[in-house]
Amino acid sequence: METSKSTNTNLAAEKRPNKFLEIINSKKVVPYIFVSPFVLSFIIFTFYPAIRGIIMSFQSVLPGQVEFIGLSNYERIFNPTFYKALSNTTIYVILTVTILTIIPIILSVLLDSKFVKGRTFFRASLFMPALASTIVAGMVFRLMFGETDTAVANQIMNWLGMESVEWRYNAWSGMFLMVILCSWRWMGVNILYFLAALQNVPKELYEAADIDGAGRVQKFFYVTLPFLKPVTIFVVTISIINGFRMFEESFVFWEAGSPGNIGLTMVGYIYQQGIQQNDMGFGAAIGVVLMLIIFVISIIQLFLTGAFKRGDE
Amino acid sequence: MDTNKNNPALVWIANLSFVIICFIALFPILNLLLSSFRPSSELMRNGISLTFDPSMLNLDNYTYIFTQAGDYWTWYGNSLAISALTIVLSLFFSSMVGYALAVYDFKGSNFFFVLVLFILMVPFEILMLPLYQLMISMQLINTYTAVVLPAIVAPIAVFFFRQFALGLPKELMDAARIDGSTEYGIFFKIMLPLMTPSLAAMAILQGLNSWNNFLWPLIVLRSNDMFTLPIGLATLLTPYGNNYDVLIAGSVMTIVPIIILFIFFQRYFISGLTVGGVKG
Repeated sequence: METSKSTNTNLAAEKRPNKFLEIINSKKVVPYIFVSPFVLSFIIFTFYPAIRGIIMSFQSVLPGQVEFIGLSNYERIFNPTFYKALSNTTIYVILTVTILTIIPIILSVLLDSKFVKGRTFFRASLFMPALASTIVAGMVFRLMFGETDTAVANQIMNWLGMESVEWRYNAWSGMFLMVILCSWRWMGVNILYFLAALQNVPKELYEAADIDGAGRVQKFFYVTLPFLKPVTIFVVTISIINGFRMFEESFVFWEAGSPGNIGLTMVGYIYQQGIQQNDMGFGAAIGVVLMLIIFVISIIQLFLTGAFKRGDE
Repeated sequence: MDTNKNNPALVWIANLSFVIICFIALFPILNLLLSSFRPSSELMRNGISLTFDPSMLNLDNYTYIFTQAGDYWTWYGNSLAISALTIVLSLFFSSMVGYALAVYDFKGSNFFFVLVLFILMVPFEILMLPLYQLMISMQLINTYTAVVLPAIVAPIAVFFFRQFALGLPKELMDAARIDGSTEYGIFFKIMLPLMTPSLAAMAILQGLNSWNNFLWPLIVLRSNDMFTLPIGLATLLTPYGNNYDVLIAGSVMTIVPIIILFIFFQRYFISGLTVGGVKG
Protein backbone atom coordinates (compact mmCIF):
# COMPACT_ATOMS: atom_id res chain seq x y z
CA MET A 1 0.00 0.00 0.00
CA GLU A 2 2.61 2.44 1.18
CA THR A 3 5.00 1.60 -1.65
CA SER A 4 2.39 1.78 -4.35
CA LYS A 5 1.35 5.22 -3.09
CA SER A 6 4.88 6.51 -3.24
CA THR A 7 5.38 5.12 -6.72
CA ASN A 8 2.18 6.86 -7.69
CA THR A 9 3.42 10.21 -6.48
CA ASN A 10 6.73 9.53 -8.18
CA LEU A 11 4.90 8.79 -11.37
CA ALA A 12 2.85 11.94 -11.01
CA ALA A 13 6.00 13.95 -10.45
CA GLU A 14 7.58 12.45 -13.51
CA LYS A 15 4.44 13.01 -15.47
CA ARG A 16 4.02 16.65 -14.61
CA PRO A 17 5.83 18.03 -17.67
CA ASN A 18 3.94 15.54 -19.78
CA LYS A 19 0.71 16.63 -18.19
CA PHE A 20 1.45 20.18 -19.21
CA LEU A 21 2.08 19.02 -22.78
CA GLU A 22 -1.10 17.00 -22.56
CA ILE A 23 -3.16 20.07 -21.70
CA ILE A 24 -1.45 22.10 -24.39
CA ASN A 25 -2.21 19.33 -26.85
CA SER A 26 -5.76 18.56 -25.75
CA LYS A 27 -8.47 19.13 -28.30
CA LYS A 28 -10.16 21.52 -25.88
CA VAL A 29 -7.18 23.87 -25.64
CA VAL A 30 -5.58 23.64 -29.07
CA PRO A 31 -8.23 25.66 -30.96
CA TYR A 32 -7.83 28.54 -28.53
CA ILE A 33 -4.07 28.53 -28.99
CA PHE A 34 -4.55 28.56 -32.76
CA VAL A 35 -7.04 31.42 -32.53
CA SER A 36 -5.04 33.46 -30.00
CA PRO A 37 -3.02 35.47 -32.57
CA PHE A 38 -6.30 36.70 -34.03
CA VAL A 39 -7.70 37.63 -30.62
CA LEU A 40 -4.53 39.49 -29.66
CA SER A 41 -4.35 41.29 -32.98
CA PHE A 42 -8.04 42.19 -32.76
CA ILE A 43 -7.69 43.65 -29.28
CA ILE A 44 -4.48 45.58 -30.00
CA PHE A 45 -5.01 46.72 -33.59
CA THR A 46 -8.79 47.02 -33.94
CA PHE A 47 -10.65 47.17 -30.64
CA TYR A 48 -8.23 49.40 -28.74
CA PRO A 49 -7.75 51.91 -31.61
CA ALA A 50 -11.52 52.04 -32.18
CA ILE A 51 -12.18 52.93 -28.53
CA ARG A 52 -9.15 55.24 -28.45
CA GLY A 53 -10.39 56.97 -31.62
CA ILE A 54 -13.81 57.60 -30.12
CA ILE A 55 -12.26 58.99 -26.93
CA MET A 56 -9.81 61.11 -28.94
CA SER A 57 -12.66 62.67 -30.88
CA PHE A 58 -13.77 64.36 -27.64
CA GLN A 59 -10.27 65.57 -26.85
CA SER A 60 -7.81 68.17 -27.90
CA VAL A 61 -4.65 66.12 -28.50
CA LEU A 62 -1.40 68.04 -28.36
CA PRO A 63 2.00 66.53 -27.60
CA GLY A 64 2.14 66.02 -23.85
CA GLN A 65 -1.16 67.81 -23.35
CA VAL A 66 -4.43 65.99 -23.75
CA GLU A 67 -7.57 67.77 -22.74
CA PHE A 68 -11.22 66.77 -22.72
CA ILE A 69 -13.13 69.33 -24.75
CA GLY A 70 -16.56 67.76 -25.09
CA LEU A 71 -18.28 68.11 -28.42
CA SER A 72 -16.28 71.01 -29.83
CA ASN A 73 -14.45 68.80 -32.38
CA TYR A 74 -17.84 67.72 -33.70
CA GLU A 75 -19.09 71.30 -33.76
CA ARG A 76 -16.06 72.27 -35.83
CA ILE A 77 -16.72 69.49 -38.34
CA PHE A 78 -19.62 71.28 -39.96
CA ASN A 79 -17.52 73.66 -42.03
CA PRO A 80 -17.29 74.28 -45.80
CA THR A 81 -14.13 72.17 -46.22
CA PHE A 82 -15.82 69.17 -44.64
CA TYR A 83 -18.86 69.59 -46.87
CA LYS A 84 -16.54 69.79 -49.85
CA ALA A 85 -14.81 66.55 -48.81
CA LEU A 86 -18.14 64.85 -48.17
CA SER A 87 -19.67 65.95 -51.47
CA ASN A 88 -16.53 65.04 -53.44
CA THR A 89 -16.50 61.60 -51.85
CA THR A 90 -20.23 61.08 -52.39
CA ILE A 91 -20.08 62.08 -56.06
CA TYR A 92 -17.03 59.85 -56.50
CA VAL A 93 -18.86 56.92 -54.88
CA ILE A 94 -21.98 57.37 -57.03
CA LEU A 95 -19.96 57.58 -60.25
CA THR A 96 -17.57 54.69 -59.52
CA VAL A 97 -20.35 52.41 -58.26
CA THR A 98 -22.45 53.04 -61.36
CA ILE A 99 -19.56 52.54 -63.77
CA LEU A 100 -18.07 49.58 -61.92
CA THR A 101 -21.39 47.72 -61.76
CA ILE A 102 -23.20 48.31 -65.04
CA ILE A 103 -20.28 47.99 -67.45
CA PRO A 104 -18.89 44.78 -65.83
CA ILE A 105 -22.35 43.15 -65.95
CA ILE A 106 -22.67 43.80 -69.69
CA LEU A 107 -19.07 42.79 -70.43
CA SER A 108 -19.20 39.64 -68.33
CA VAL A 109 -22.39 38.47 -70.06
CA LEU A 110 -20.70 39.04 -73.42
CA LEU A 111 -17.50 37.35 -72.25
CA ASP A 112 -19.44 34.37 -70.91
CA SER A 113 -21.26 33.83 -74.19
CA LYS A 114 -19.74 31.49 -76.71
CA PHE A 115 -19.31 34.05 -79.43
CA VAL A 116 -16.32 35.90 -78.08
CA LYS A 117 -13.03 34.42 -79.26
CA GLY A 118 -9.85 34.45 -77.17
CA ARG A 119 -11.60 34.75 -73.83
CA THR A 120 -8.50 33.80 -71.82
CA PHE A 121 -6.53 36.61 -73.39
CA PHE A 122 -9.32 39.13 -72.77
CA ARG A 123 -9.66 38.03 -69.17
CA ALA A 124 -5.91 38.32 -68.55
CA SER A 125 -5.57 41.75 -70.12
CA LEU A 126 -8.64 43.10 -68.32
CA PHE A 127 -7.08 41.95 -65.07
CA MET A 128 -3.70 43.57 -65.72
CA PRO A 129 -4.60 47.09 -64.43
CA ALA A 130 -5.33 45.71 -60.94
CA LEU A 131 -1.66 44.74 -60.66
CA ALA A 132 -0.35 48.28 -60.92
CA SER A 133 -0.35 50.35 -57.76
CA THR A 134 -2.52 53.46 -57.71
CA ILE A 135 0.65 55.54 -57.51
CA VAL A 136 2.22 54.04 -60.64
CA ALA A 137 -1.06 54.00 -62.56
CA GLY A 138 -1.88 57.51 -61.38
CA MET A 139 1.53 58.76 -62.50
CA VAL A 140 0.87 57.39 -65.99
CA PHE A 141 -2.59 58.97 -66.04
CA ARG A 142 -1.10 62.25 -64.87
CA LEU A 143 1.27 62.20 -67.82
CA MET A 144 -1.47 61.16 -70.25
CA PHE A 145 -3.79 63.89 -68.97
CA GLY A 146 -1.10 66.56 -68.91
CA GLU A 147 -1.91 70.24 -69.40
CA THR A 148 -0.01 70.62 -72.66
CA ASP A 149 -1.47 70.09 -76.14
CA THR A 150 1.04 67.28 -76.64
CA ALA A 151 -0.38 64.97 -73.94
CA VAL A 152 -2.51 62.06 -75.17
CA ALA A 153 -5.82 63.24 -73.70
CA ASN A 154 -5.55 66.72 -75.16
CA GLN A 155 -4.34 65.34 -78.50
CA ILE A 156 -7.55 63.33 -78.64
CA MET A 157 -9.63 66.35 -77.56
CA ASN A 158 -8.04 68.48 -80.28
CA TRP A 159 -8.52 65.74 -82.81
CA LEU A 160 -12.22 65.67 -81.90
CA GLY A 161 -12.26 69.43 -82.48
CA MET A 162 -12.41 70.43 -78.81
CA GLU A 163 -10.27 72.74 -76.74
CA SER A 164 -7.41 71.40 -74.64
CA VAL A 165 -8.29 70.92 -70.99
CA GLU A 166 -6.20 71.63 -67.91
CA TRP A 167 -7.29 68.34 -66.43
CA ARG A 168 -5.97 68.78 -62.91
CA TYR A 169 -7.31 72.32 -62.47
CA ASN A 170 -11.06 72.07 -63.07
CA ALA A 171 -13.58 70.61 -60.66
CA TRP A 172 -15.27 68.41 -63.27
CA SER A 173 -12.07 67.16 -64.89
CA GLY A 174 -10.44 66.55 -61.50
CA MET A 175 -13.33 64.31 -60.52
CA PHE A 176 -13.16 62.68 -63.96
CA LEU A 177 -9.46 61.84 -63.42
CA MET A 178 -10.09 60.16 -60.07
CA VAL A 179 -13.10 58.22 -61.35
CA ILE A 180 -11.39 57.05 -64.53
CA LEU A 181 -8.27 55.94 -62.63
CA CYS A 182 -10.32 53.89 -60.17
CA SER A 183 -12.59 52.47 -62.90
CA TRP A 184 -9.62 51.52 -65.04
CA ARG A 185 -7.97 49.64 -62.17
CA TRP A 186 -11.00 47.72 -60.87
CA MET A 187 -13.03 46.98 -64.01
CA GLY A 188 -11.33 43.64 -64.64
CA VAL A 189 -11.68 42.39 -61.07
CA ASN A 190 -15.39 43.21 -61.07
CA ILE A 191 -15.86 41.44 -64.40
CA LEU A 192 -14.35 38.35 -62.78
CA TYR A 193 -16.87 38.53 -59.92
CA PHE A 194 -19.76 38.58 -62.37
CA LEU A 195 -18.21 35.87 -64.55
CA ALA A 196 -17.94 33.60 -61.51
CA ALA A 197 -21.60 34.21 -60.72
CA LEU A 198 -22.63 33.54 -64.31
CA GLN A 199 -21.11 30.04 -64.08
CA ASN A 200 -23.84 29.25 -61.56
CA VAL A 201 -26.80 30.12 -63.76
CA PRO A 202 -28.41 26.76 -64.67
CA LYS A 203 -28.27 26.23 -68.43
CA GLU A 204 -31.70 24.58 -68.38
CA LEU A 205 -33.24 27.95 -67.59
CA TYR A 206 -32.01 29.33 -70.90
CA GLU A 207 -33.35 26.27 -72.71
CA ALA A 208 -36.70 26.72 -70.99
CA ALA A 209 -36.70 30.39 -72.00
CA ASP A 210 -35.89 29.37 -75.58
CA ILE A 211 -38.89 27.05 -75.64
CA ASP A 212 -41.06 29.88 -74.39
CA GLY A 213 -39.74 31.93 -77.29
CA ALA A 214 -37.79 34.48 -75.26
CA GLY A 215 -35.36 36.71 -77.13
CA ARG A 216 -31.82 37.54 -76.14
CA VAL A 217 -32.77 40.73 -74.33
CA GLN A 218 -35.65 39.07 -72.48
CA LYS A 219 -33.36 36.23 -71.42
CA PHE A 220 -30.88 38.77 -70.08
CA PHE A 221 -33.49 40.61 -68.03
CA TYR A 222 -35.57 37.68 -66.82
CA VAL A 223 -33.03 34.85 -66.44
CA THR A 224 -29.51 36.26 -66.14
CA LEU A 225 -30.09 39.41 -64.12
CA PRO A 226 -32.03 37.82 -61.21
CA PHE A 227 -29.19 35.33 -60.79
CA LEU A 228 -26.69 38.16 -60.60
CA LYS A 229 -28.54 39.90 -57.76
CA PRO A 230 -26.42 38.61 -54.83
CA VAL A 231 -23.10 39.31 -56.54
CA THR A 232 -24.38 42.72 -57.64
CA ILE A 233 -25.23 43.65 -54.05
CA PHE A 234 -21.77 42.45 -53.00
CA VAL A 235 -19.96 44.43 -55.72
CA VAL A 236 -22.03 47.55 -55.01
CA THR A 237 -21.27 47.30 -51.29
CA ILE A 238 -17.51 46.87 -51.62
CA SER A 239 -17.42 49.61 -54.26
CA ILE A 240 -19.27 51.99 -51.92
CA ILE A 241 -16.97 51.18 -49.00
CA ASN A 242 -13.83 51.41 -51.15
CA GLY A 243 -15.16 54.70 -52.51
CA PHE A 244 -15.53 56.17 -49.02
CA ARG A 245 -12.00 54.95 -48.20
CA MET A 246 -10.50 56.64 -51.24
CA PHE A 247 -7.28 58.57 -50.72
CA GLU A 248 -4.56 57.52 -53.13
CA GLU A 249 -6.43 58.41 -56.33
CA SER A 250 -6.57 61.97 -55.04
CA PHE A 251 -3.04 62.04 -53.58
CA VAL A 252 -1.40 60.92 -56.80
CA PHE A 253 -2.90 63.81 -58.78
CA TRP A 254 -2.46 66.60 -56.24
CA GLU A 255 -0.21 65.32 -53.43
CA ALA A 256 -0.82 67.51 -50.39
CA GLY A 257 -3.53 69.81 -51.69
CA SER A 258 -5.70 70.42 -54.76
CA PRO A 259 -6.78 73.83 -56.09
CA GLY A 260 -10.04 74.78 -54.36
CA ASN A 261 -10.04 71.32 -52.73
CA ILE A 262 -11.44 69.78 -55.92
CA GLY A 263 -9.75 66.50 -55.00
CA LEU A 264 -10.27 66.51 -51.24
CA THR A 265 -11.87 63.32 -49.89
CA MET A 266 -13.02 62.23 -46.43
CA VAL A 267 -9.87 60.19 -45.79
CA GLY A 268 -7.81 62.98 -47.34
CA TYR A 269 -9.39 65.36 -44.83
CA ILE A 270 -8.55 63.01 -41.94
CA TYR A 271 -4.96 62.80 -43.21
CA GLN A 272 -4.71 66.56 -43.66
CA GLN A 273 -6.10 67.43 -40.22
CA GLY A 274 -4.80 64.49 -38.18
CA ILE A 275 -1.35 63.91 -39.65
CA GLN A 276 -0.32 67.07 -41.50
CA GLN A 277 -1.83 69.60 -39.08
CA ASN A 278 -1.35 67.26 -36.12
CA ASP A 279 -4.90 67.97 -34.92
CA MET A 280 -5.56 64.37 -33.91
CA GLY A 281 -8.73 65.01 -31.94
CA PHE A 282 -10.42 66.72 -34.87
CA GLY A 283 -9.12 64.07 -37.29
CA ALA A 284 -10.53 61.37 -35.01
CA ALA A 285 -13.93 63.10 -35.01
CA ILE A 286 -14.00 63.07 -38.83
CA GLY A 287 -13.07 59.39 -38.58
CA VAL A 288 -16.03 58.69 -36.32
CA VAL A 289 -18.39 60.42 -38.77
CA LEU A 290 -16.92 58.33 -41.61
CA MET A 291 -17.31 55.19 -39.49
CA LEU A 292 -21.01 55.99 -38.94
CA ILE A 293 -21.57 56.48 -42.68
CA ILE A 294 -19.90 53.16 -43.50
CA PHE A 295 -21.72 51.45 -40.64
CA VAL A 296 -25.12 52.53 -41.96
CA ILE A 297 -24.22 51.31 -45.46
CA SER A 298 -23.07 47.95 -44.08
CA ILE A 299 -26.32 47.54 -42.13
CA ILE A 300 -28.32 48.23 -45.28
CA GLN A 301 -26.24 45.62 -47.10
CA LEU A 302 -26.87 43.05 -44.37
CA PHE A 303 -30.59 43.64 -44.68
CA LEU A 304 -30.44 43.23 -48.43
CA THR A 305 -28.43 39.99 -48.42
CA GLY A 306 -29.49 38.31 -45.20
CA ALA A 307 -26.86 38.53 -42.49
CA PHE A 308 -23.30 37.40 -43.13
CA LYS A 309 -23.84 35.57 -46.38
CA ARG A 310 -20.77 37.07 -47.95
CA GLY A 311 -19.02 33.73 -48.39
CA ASP A 312 -21.67 32.22 -50.62
CA GLU A 313 -21.11 34.58 -53.47
CA MET B 1 -26.38 32.02 -74.20
CA ASP B 2 -26.75 29.50 -76.97
CA THR B 3 -24.51 28.93 -79.94
CA ASN B 4 -26.97 27.83 -82.62
CA LYS B 5 -28.45 31.05 -83.90
CA ASN B 6 -25.76 33.64 -83.49
CA ASN B 7 -26.37 36.76 -85.42
CA PRO B 8 -23.05 37.45 -87.23
CA ALA B 9 -23.40 41.20 -86.62
CA LEU B 10 -23.74 40.59 -82.91
CA VAL B 11 -20.66 38.35 -82.88
CA TRP B 12 -18.77 41.12 -84.64
CA ILE B 13 -19.91 43.80 -82.22
CA ALA B 14 -19.08 41.66 -79.19
CA ASN B 15 -15.58 40.82 -80.41
CA LEU B 16 -14.87 44.35 -81.51
CA SER B 17 -16.02 45.80 -78.20
CA PHE B 18 -13.62 43.45 -76.42
CA VAL B 19 -10.71 44.43 -78.60
CA ILE B 20 -11.44 48.07 -77.76
CA ILE B 21 -11.80 47.39 -74.05
CA CYS B 22 -8.59 45.37 -73.87
CA PHE B 23 -6.88 48.17 -75.72
CA ILE B 24 -8.11 50.63 -73.08
CA ALA B 25 -6.96 48.28 -70.30
CA LEU B 26 -3.49 47.83 -71.78
CA PHE B 27 -2.97 51.30 -73.26
CA PRO B 28 -1.62 53.01 -70.10
CA ILE B 29 0.66 50.05 -69.31
CA LEU B 30 2.07 50.00 -72.85
CA ASN B 31 2.48 53.76 -72.71
CA LEU B 32 4.39 53.46 -69.46
CA LEU B 33 6.74 50.91 -71.01
CA LEU B 34 7.26 52.98 -74.14
CA SER B 35 7.71 56.26 -72.29
CA SER B 36 10.45 54.80 -70.13
CA PHE B 37 12.66 54.86 -73.23
CA ARG B 38 12.02 58.54 -73.89
CA PRO B 39 14.32 61.31 -72.59
CA SER B 40 12.96 62.33 -69.23
CA SER B 41 13.17 66.06 -69.88
CA GLU B 42 11.15 65.66 -73.04
CA LEU B 43 8.62 63.46 -71.19
CA MET B 44 8.33 66.08 -68.49
CA ARG B 45 7.69 68.82 -71.07
CA ASN B 46 5.26 66.99 -73.33
CA GLY B 47 3.62 64.35 -71.16
CA ILE B 48 2.74 60.97 -72.63
CA SER B 49 2.12 61.72 -76.24
CA LEU B 50 0.71 59.84 -79.23
CA THR B 51 3.18 61.54 -81.51
CA PHE B 52 6.87 61.43 -80.78
CA ASP B 53 10.11 60.99 -82.61
CA PRO B 54 11.07 57.28 -82.44
CA SER B 55 14.73 58.17 -82.95
CA MET B 56 14.71 59.73 -79.47
CA LEU B 57 14.13 56.39 -77.79
CA ASN B 58 17.11 55.31 -75.73
CA LEU B 59 18.11 53.45 -72.59
CA ASP B 60 19.36 56.51 -70.68
CA ASN B 61 16.69 56.31 -67.95
CA TYR B 62 17.64 52.72 -67.23
CA THR B 63 21.35 53.42 -67.35
CA TYR B 64 20.81 56.21 -64.86
CA ILE B 65 18.68 54.14 -62.52
CA PHE B 66 21.12 51.24 -62.49
CA THR B 67 24.20 53.36 -61.98
CA GLN B 68 23.23 56.45 -60.02
CA ALA B 69 19.85 56.09 -58.35
CA GLY B 70 20.93 54.66 -55.01
CA ASP B 71 17.75 55.81 -53.24
CA TYR B 72 15.61 53.88 -55.66
CA TRP B 73 17.29 50.60 -54.78
CA THR B 74 16.99 51.35 -51.08
CA TRP B 75 13.23 51.73 -51.58
CA TYR B 76 13.19 48.55 -53.64
CA GLY B 77 14.93 46.67 -50.84
CA ASN B 78 12.52 48.08 -48.24
CA SER B 79 9.52 47.09 -50.34
CA LEU B 80 10.89 43.59 -50.87
CA ALA B 81 11.62 43.15 -47.16
CA ILE B 82 8.25 44.48 -46.02
CA SER B 83 6.33 42.41 -48.56
CA ALA B 84 8.26 39.26 -47.67
CA LEU B 85 7.71 39.79 -43.95
CA THR B 86 4.01 40.47 -44.47
CA ILE B 87 3.56 37.37 -46.61
CA VAL B 88 5.36 35.01 -44.22
CA LEU B 89 3.80 36.33 -41.01
CA SER B 90 0.27 36.87 -42.27
CA LEU B 91 0.16 33.46 -43.96
CA PHE B 92 1.46 31.73 -40.87
CA PHE B 93 -0.95 33.34 -38.41
CA SER B 94 -3.99 33.66 -40.66
CA SER B 95 -3.85 30.06 -41.86
CA MET B 96 -3.61 28.88 -38.26
CA VAL B 97 -6.70 30.86 -37.25
CA GLY B 98 -8.71 30.01 -40.35
CA TYR B 99 -7.87 26.33 -39.99
CA ALA B 100 -8.89 26.23 -36.31
CA LEU B 101 -12.20 27.96 -37.10
CA ALA B 102 -12.91 25.37 -39.77
CA VAL B 103 -11.90 22.04 -38.26
CA TYR B 104 -12.52 22.32 -34.50
CA ASP B 105 -15.84 22.53 -32.71
CA PHE B 106 -15.16 24.74 -29.76
CA LYS B 107 -16.96 27.23 -27.60
CA GLY B 108 -16.88 30.63 -29.21
CA SER B 109 -15.86 29.50 -32.69
CA ASN B 110 -18.94 31.13 -34.19
CA PHE B 111 -18.29 34.29 -32.23
CA PHE B 112 -14.72 34.45 -33.55
CA PHE B 113 -15.91 33.92 -37.10
CA VAL B 114 -18.52 36.67 -36.84
CA LEU B 115 -15.78 38.89 -35.41
CA VAL B 116 -13.62 38.17 -38.48
CA LEU B 117 -16.49 39.17 -40.77
CA PHE B 118 -17.08 42.26 -38.70
CA ILE B 119 -13.45 43.42 -38.92
CA LEU B 120 -13.58 42.87 -42.68
CA MET B 121 -16.12 45.68 -42.80
CA VAL B 122 -14.18 48.11 -40.63
CA PRO B 123 -12.00 50.17 -42.97
CA PHE B 124 -8.44 50.63 -41.80
CA GLU B 125 -8.58 54.35 -42.59
CA ILE B 126 -10.87 55.18 -39.67
CA LEU B 127 -8.45 53.51 -37.24
CA MET B 128 -5.30 55.03 -38.67
CA LEU B 129 -4.94 58.01 -36.32
CA PRO B 130 -5.21 56.00 -33.07
CA LEU B 131 -3.00 53.29 -34.64
CA TYR B 132 -0.46 55.94 -35.49
CA GLN B 133 -0.53 57.13 -31.88
CA LEU B 134 -0.11 53.54 -30.72
CA MET B 135 2.96 53.18 -32.94
CA ILE B 136 4.39 56.40 -31.53
CA SER B 137 3.93 55.21 -27.96
CA MET B 138 5.46 51.81 -28.84
CA GLN B 139 8.38 53.75 -30.38
CA LEU B 140 8.00 51.91 -33.66
CA ILE B 141 7.79 54.92 -35.98
CA ASN B 142 10.04 54.60 -39.03
CA THR B 143 10.51 50.83 -38.67
CA TYR B 144 9.45 47.82 -40.74
CA THR B 145 7.63 46.53 -37.65
CA ALA B 146 5.23 49.48 -37.67
CA VAL B 147 4.28 48.77 -41.29
CA VAL B 148 3.92 45.00 -40.91
CA LEU B 149 2.53 44.54 -37.40
CA PRO B 150 -1.11 45.63 -37.92
CA ALA B 151 -1.35 43.32 -40.97
CA ILE B 152 -0.09 40.04 -39.54
CA VAL B 153 -3.52 38.56 -38.91
CA ALA B 154 -5.41 39.52 -42.03
CA PRO B 155 -9.18 38.95 -41.64
CA ILE B 156 -9.63 38.47 -45.38
CA ALA B 157 -7.02 35.69 -45.32
CA VAL B 158 -8.54 34.11 -42.19
CA PHE B 159 -11.88 34.06 -43.99
CA PHE B 160 -10.38 32.54 -47.13
CA PHE B 161 -8.41 29.87 -45.22
CA ARG B 162 -11.48 28.94 -43.20
CA GLN B 163 -13.56 28.44 -46.35
CA PHE B 164 -10.76 26.34 -47.84
CA ALA B 165 -10.11 24.29 -44.70
CA LEU B 166 -13.81 23.38 -44.45
CA GLY B 167 -13.19 21.14 -47.44
CA LEU B 168 -10.20 19.29 -45.94
CA PRO B 169 -10.62 15.56 -45.19
CA LYS B 170 -11.05 15.30 -41.41
CA GLU B 171 -10.50 11.51 -41.47
CA LEU B 172 -6.81 12.26 -41.93
CA MET B 173 -6.80 14.04 -38.56
CA ASP B 174 -8.22 11.02 -36.73
CA ALA B 175 -5.80 8.68 -38.47
CA ALA B 176 -2.88 10.90 -37.45
CA ARG B 177 -4.15 11.07 -33.84
CA ILE B 178 -4.18 7.27 -33.69
CA ASP B 179 -0.60 7.32 -34.94
CA GLY B 180 0.24 9.52 -31.95
CA SER B 181 0.61 12.82 -33.75
CA THR B 182 -0.03 16.02 -31.80
CA GLU B 183 -2.62 18.55 -32.97
CA TYR B 184 0.24 20.85 -34.00
CA GLY B 185 1.90 18.05 -35.95
CA ILE B 186 -1.40 17.40 -37.71
CA PHE B 187 -1.68 21.04 -38.72
CA PHE B 188 1.90 21.65 -39.83
CA LYS B 189 2.75 18.25 -41.31
CA ILE B 190 -0.55 17.06 -42.76
CA MET B 191 -3.15 19.77 -43.19
CA LEU B 192 -1.01 22.80 -44.08
CA PRO B 193 0.52 21.07 -47.12
CA LEU B 194 -3.02 20.28 -48.28
CA MET B 195 -3.82 23.99 -48.06
CA THR B 196 -1.10 24.94 -50.56
CA PRO B 197 -3.45 26.33 -53.26
CA SER B 198 -5.08 28.66 -50.73
CA LEU B 199 -1.66 29.64 -49.38
CA ALA B 200 -0.52 30.53 -52.89
CA ALA B 201 -3.61 32.66 -53.52
CA MET B 202 -3.23 34.50 -50.22
CA ALA B 203 0.53 34.94 -50.66
CA ILE B 204 -0.27 36.77 -53.88
CA LEU B 205 -3.05 38.87 -52.35
CA GLN B 206 -1.01 39.84 -49.29
CA GLY B 207 2.16 40.35 -51.31
CA LEU B 208 0.47 42.56 -53.88
CA ASN B 209 -1.38 44.59 -51.24
CA SER B 210 1.81 45.12 -49.32
CA TRP B 211 3.87 45.92 -52.45
CA ASN B 212 1.31 48.54 -53.49
CA ASN B 213 0.32 49.72 -50.00
CA PHE B 214 0.48 53.48 -49.65
CA LEU B 215 -1.37 55.31 -46.88
CA TRP B 216 -0.12 53.42 -43.81
CA PRO B 217 3.58 53.35 -44.82
CA LEU B 218 3.24 57.04 -45.74
CA ILE B 219 2.16 57.75 -42.17
CA VAL B 220 4.63 55.62 -40.21
CA LEU B 221 7.76 55.83 -42.38
CA ARG B 222 9.63 59.09 -41.94
CA SER B 223 13.04 58.99 -43.56
CA ASN B 224 14.01 58.53 -47.17
CA ASP B 225 16.10 55.44 -46.40
CA MET B 226 13.02 53.66 -44.95
CA PHE B 227 10.55 54.54 -47.75
CA THR B 228 8.86 51.83 -49.77
CA LEU B 229 8.58 52.07 -53.56
CA PRO B 230 5.14 53.76 -53.78
CA ILE B 231 6.11 56.35 -51.16
CA GLY B 232 9.50 56.97 -52.73
CA LEU B 233 8.08 57.25 -56.24
CA ALA B 234 5.37 59.62 -54.97
CA THR B 235 8.07 61.96 -53.63
CA LEU B 236 9.34 62.27 -57.22
CA LEU B 237 5.96 63.51 -58.44
CA THR B 238 6.97 67.13 -57.97
CA PRO B 239 5.86 69.92 -60.29
CA TYR B 240 9.54 70.54 -61.14
CA GLY B 241 9.91 67.09 -62.60
CA ASN B 242 13.65 66.88 -62.18
CA ASN B 243 13.50 63.17 -61.37
CA TYR B 244 11.34 61.85 -64.16
CA ASP B 245 14.06 59.45 -65.27
CA VAL B 246 13.89 57.55 -61.98
CA LEU B 247 10.13 57.97 -61.78
CA ILE B 248 9.30 56.46 -65.16
CA ALA B 249 11.91 53.70 -65.39
CA GLY B 250 11.45 52.98 -61.69
CA SER B 251 7.70 52.57 -62.14
CA VAL B 252 8.28 50.07 -64.91
CA MET B 253 10.52 48.04 -62.66
CA THR B 254 7.91 47.91 -59.89
CA ILE B 255 5.26 46.37 -62.13
CA VAL B 256 7.28 44.17 -64.48
CA PRO B 257 8.09 41.53 -61.80
CA ILE B 258 4.39 41.41 -60.91
CA ILE B 259 3.29 41.03 -64.51
CA ILE B 260 5.79 38.18 -64.96
CA LEU B 261 4.46 36.47 -61.82
CA PHE B 262 0.94 37.03 -63.08
CA ILE B 263 1.66 35.33 -66.39
CA PHE B 264 2.91 32.22 -64.56
CA PHE B 265 0.43 32.11 -61.67
CA GLN B 266 -2.67 33.62 -63.24
CA ARG B 267 -5.02 31.19 -61.51
CA TYR B 268 -3.78 32.10 -58.03
CA PHE B 269 -3.85 35.81 -58.79
CA ILE B 270 -7.47 35.56 -59.84
CA SER B 271 -8.62 33.48 -56.86
CA GLY B 272 -6.57 35.67 -54.50
CA LEU B 273 -7.75 39.01 -55.77
CA THR B 274 -11.39 38.13 -56.21
CA VAL B 275 -11.85 36.85 -52.66
CA GLY B 276 -12.15 40.29 -51.20
CA GLY B 277 -11.73 42.98 -53.74
CA VAL B 278 -10.61 44.83 -50.67
CA LYS B 279 -8.03 47.41 -51.46
CA GLY B 280 -4.86 47.16 -49.37
